Amino acid sequence: MGQFLPFTKQALKNLFSKPATTQYPFVERVYPERTRGHVDIKNDDCILCGMCMRSCPPGAIKVDRAGKSWSINRFDCIQCGYCVEKCPKKCLSITAGYQEPGPEKFSYKVEVPYEPPKPAAKPANIAAATKEG
Amino acid sequence: MGNRSVVPFGPQHPVLPEPIHLDLVLEDEKVLAAIPSIGFIHRGLESLTNKKDFNEMVYVAERICGICSFMHGMSYCMALEDIMNIEVPRRADYLRTIWGEMSRLHSHLLWLGLLADGFGFEALFMHSWRLREKILDMFEVSTGGRVIFSVNTIGGVLKDMPADMLNDFVRQLDEMEKEIRETTAIFLDDYTVKSRLVDVGIITGEDAIRRGAVGPMMRASGINVDMRKNGYGAYNDIDFEVITSNKCDSYARCEVRIGEIFQSIDIIRQCVAKIPDTEINTKVTGMPNGESIIRVEQPRGEAFYHVRANGTKFLDRFRVRTPTFANIPALTQTLQGCQYGDVPLLVLTIDPCISCTER
Repeated sequence: MGQFLPFTKQALKNLFSKPATTQYPFVERVYPERTRGHVDIKNDDCILCGMCMRSCPPGAIKVDRAGKSWSINRFDCIQCGYCVEKCPKKCLSITAGYQEPGPEKFSYKVEVPYEPPKPAAKPANIAAATKEG
Repeated sequence: MGNRSVVPFGPQHPVLPEPIHLDLVLEDEKVLAAIPSIGFIHRGLESLTNKKDFNEMVYVAERICGICSFMHGMSYCMALEDIMNIEVPRRADYLRTIWGEMSRLHSHLLWLGLLADGFGFEALFMHSWRLREKILDMFEVSTGGRVIFSVNTIGGVLKDMPADMLNDFVRQLDEMEKEIRETTAIFLDDYTVKSRLVDVGIITGEDAIRRGAVGPMMRASGINVDMRKNGYGAYNDIDFEVITSNKCDSYARCEVRIGEIFQSIDIIRQCVAKIPDTEINTKVTGMPNGESIIRVEQPRGEAFYHVRANGTKFLDRFRVRTPTFANIPALTQTLQGCQYGDVPLLVLTIDPCISCTER
């Protein structure tokens, strides 16, 4: 009924091989290109449309059009990438680097320099016609 | 006749990271009956459909389980695609199959580790998880996540795997196959392992059918049931045989899962050889309206999805029956007549995922 000590070979191999784990603080962990660590924003391209805020499943993103800011609570973010997919200007991206732990949740706020276009001025002849009318 | 007593097992027990409670009716050391109770970590998945729209629910469905997360996301998307009559591009089907089989690999390696830990073979546990780690690394390279992948979307997948990445994975799997063979040979040949598994927790094929068992539990009782044979994803292009065993005991369940590890590697190889070069997703417009039932073969067995949509962005019904839920009645059967000391091991042989069960 079964062999005695078939693990011996493996045990001897373990004895003379390198550790299987990475020697972490001394050897830096290299993340692959696609790692979903945290959501980043290129705030110059943002148009404050709020698509990311509306699509975010845990509701971690807040877009303030009046205050011209974009903020994310990284403790609530689940790194699903749905905001990145929905962003019409492709100014959101998901990159390596995880949120560090902390004693309480807080939001990261980014100022967005976007100026909404002014409503187009009425053409001169129409303006004149309305004046006459 | 000895003394009868009722011993509670769980919800907090060293062998299980998740809470399930069994009332064990004992006569001396022998278990006469086991009465299970669940519901300690109910999360109210269905009520979330009132708050999250059908697109956001993909990410919720993925979080039903940490091990079959890809399969849950995939089954949910398949159900919605069925309702909305979307034809998924063939490449997306193949990519889903590859990721699905990688999930099976890591789930079975995880289970082997837990089993080894269950009967106290710590070194074997570490070795199984060392092998599993390489699969997780492959997931991280291809999807960006190690546990939750977020690559499924209604209409296909979000990320492609280029040819060099696929070939690299096949090369890594070829190397791993030798190592897995060495490690799994210990499970199959070792005297101590066999003494804990052989003729323990017997459930005959007839009983397995009567109790509605699924997945490896059913196949280890000699019943040929595998939802992959229904041909979802790319499985209808793939050549594979359902692995069964007639031994009906815990050893058979271990044997079937080990067989499936090598089968998964083979399926991935076939997929990489045959993968067509098409788009990976189709654009989805409109709201779902209708009803669908999807059955997929997860590592732990068959998962059953029922989704009903009503033409708005919120779903009407969303019901999931996970494999562990289906296997609990079979578990109570295997526990009847076993020794008290074998109970933790027998609970492990159904590969329980209680978070899945409670949803």
